Amino acid sequence: MKSIISEPVIRIRPSRGWVPVHLRDLWAYHELFYFLTWRQIKVRYKQTVLGFAWAIIQPVMMMVVFSLFFGNLLGVSSEGTPYPLFSYAALLPWNLFAQGVALSSNSLVSEANLVKKVYFPRLAMPLSGILPPLVDFLIGFLVLVGLMFYFGYGLTLRMLWLPVFIILAMLTAAGIGLWLSAINAKYRDIGHIVPFLIQLGLFVSPVVYPASLLPQRFQTFYGLNPMAGVIEGFRWTLLGTEPPGYLIAVSAAIVILLLVSGLYYFRHREKEFADVL
Amino acid sequence: MSDFAIKAENLGKLYRTGQFVGYRNLQENLSHALLSPFRRFRDGSTQATKPDNYIWALKDVSFQVRQGEVVGIIGRNGAGKTTLLRILTRITEPTEGGAEIRGRVSALLEVGTGFHPELTGRENVYLNGAILGMKRYEIKRKFDEIVEFSGVEKFIDTPLKRYSSGMQVRLAFSVAAHLEPEILLVDEVLAVGDAQFQKKCLGKMENVSKEGRTVLFVSHNMAAINRLCPRAILLDNGRLVQDGHSVSVTNAYLNGEAGVGGQRTWELEEAPGTDELRLTSIKLLKADGTPASVVEVHEPLTLRIGYHIGQPGLSFRCAALFFTQGVCAFSTIEPSETRQEQIGDYFSEVFIPPNLLAEGEYTVGITIFNSRGIKLQFVRVRDTITFQIFDPMTEPSARGDYAENLAGVMRPLLKWKSLFRE
Repeated sequence: MKSIISEPVIRIRPSRGWVPVHLRDLWAYHELFYFLTWRQIKVRYKQTVLGFAWAIIQPVMMMVVFSLFFGNLLGVSSEGTPYPLFSYAALLPWNLFAQGVALSSNSLVSEANLVKKVYFPRLAMPLSGILPPLVDFLIGFLVLVGLMFYFGYGLTLRMLWLPVFIILAMLTAAGIGLWLSAINAKYRDIGHIVPFLIQLGLFVSPVVYPASLLPQRFQTFYGLNPMAGVIEGFRWTLLGTEPPGYLIAVSAAIVILLLVSGLYYFRHREKEFADVL
Repeated sequence: MSDFAIKAENLGKLYRTGQFVGYRNLQENLSHALLSPFRRFRDGSTQATKPDNYIWALKDVSFQVRQGEVVGIIGRNGAGKTTLLRILTRITEPTEGGAEIRGRVSALLEVGTGFHPELTGRENVYLNGAILGMKRYEIKRKFDEIVEFSGVEKFIDTPLKRYSSGMQVRLAFSVAAHLEPEILLVDEVLAVGDAQFQKKCLGKMENVSKEGRTVLFVSHNMAAINRLCPRAILLDNGRLVQDGHSVSVTNAYLNGEAGVGGQRTWELEEAPGTDELRLTSIKLLKADGTPASVVEVHEPLTLRIGYHIGQPGLSFRCAALFFTQGVCAFSTIEPSETRQEQIGDYFSEVFIPPNLLAEGEYTVGITIFNSRGIKLQFVRVRDTITFQIFDPMTEPSARGDYAENLAGVMRPLLKWKSLFRE
């Protein structure tokens, strides 16, 4: 046998209280994380006729319905931008977030067999649900570029902020996904709550209306919904709507809080996953 | 000298039982809290004070495995074998105690974990390899070998759902067989798959141990344990009962099974039978006269049936029936009736030649009866003793040099010859 370059020693002990997040351990398994992500993308539109066209059809249909009812019939303010563009620019980050939450919150339960039969850092499960929706996002983004071009929007320096909001949307999904997936392992109620929560969230977030619709003194509190900051920021970079200001700061703080607490909560629950799934 | 690969110290795992088994939903929890809000305080809610709701799946298990050692783990269902493996692979945490593992570990608790039906064979090999802890370059390097081993070359770019279940298992096995860990933990995977593949995998396992790898092998197959592992650990009710040479440990296991093993005796008051004749003992003896419950296929055996005669001048004969795999392998009967004039203890013996029975577990049924004139049955019991036959492949046997599963309940050593056709 070839000489063993490094001889890792694994110590197995019962953990007590709060468990540290071992980033190095996570890195050792980055290939598995990559494969799990890749599998989600691969499988997503298998055995469908339209395939990745669904990534365009869904948000476009919603945009049409929203524009018709909220834009035309109800006359909701779109801060001077064409309503279809206004709502579509919000639907993209919203879907990125919503799909991420749906995938990651269900990840442990849907792959229970993996968790019960193989060891790997469990964090890889919920986190592998965050990147796949980016594919849908990028495809949908092409339509957004087309719409912007059609309505006469050009490139601005402001757009350099765009990646920040994309990442923020994914981090929000990760933070919530970590919490929900860990709870879901034990309480399957989460499986029923998530679709409903996402539906509700769509209307609690400024997708079909601008955040400025709310009274001024509630604006900052609105940032407690992290997606409010993300969506407002997203629209601001692309369409030059109202700059989000405090809203985004509050949202970013909430995201960090969600993420860190989610990581530790997940690690805390992790030891029982194989026993309760 | 610290050449151990696995060191377990007082490993214990506590599981909840009763109401809170498995997954729960919030409602159950809430209603439980509402119905008995003070329960928590009354009972203290600590694990130690509520022993009824908890069960030690594993308790105080300590052992060391040297590097390169192949160790079998045996025990009844629920003895804690799988729990032990799950702790050593870090799938679940111990409740107490600890373990130290030196070297790269791979565990095979199941084959094909993470296989996705929509992905192609090729994609699944990469995915499954990554799940089992292989690096991408390793999988790439061994890819052709894996595919060739599985024998599904032609379908490698076809989605897995179009595979037959046999092909899926073969591909899964193939990935698993190409792991190159320093420590391999195997849970009964050899029980799956067709015979040909089992052979390949047994062969792989032998190679693995020859290469100086450490193997922990959980199985119910005593023949495989005896053949592959020099050492075995016996678990019972979560505790380590015996640790030592495989043959003696498997012997102890089979003897411990509800008091059944290679020999059994009864007090006269509770002996099966009638007042005329009672069965008092039954023993399976090796050539040297020692009782045995794990026997090598090439050993001659003696079955000794002891009985008490309570009526002078009784005429009777004994019959023994050997059961395995749910069928009667054969029965044997005393060719003529014997007549004993005096009350007392007697025995009859039947000699079983070597190379008769196939490998596996056998139970013995005894009938003692009289068929002259009025038919009288004195004794009729099934499952008196159990014993296990295995082939160490050290002596000439029907296996020759063939390590794969052989079908059938008999294993006669027959003469073969091959000639030119005239």
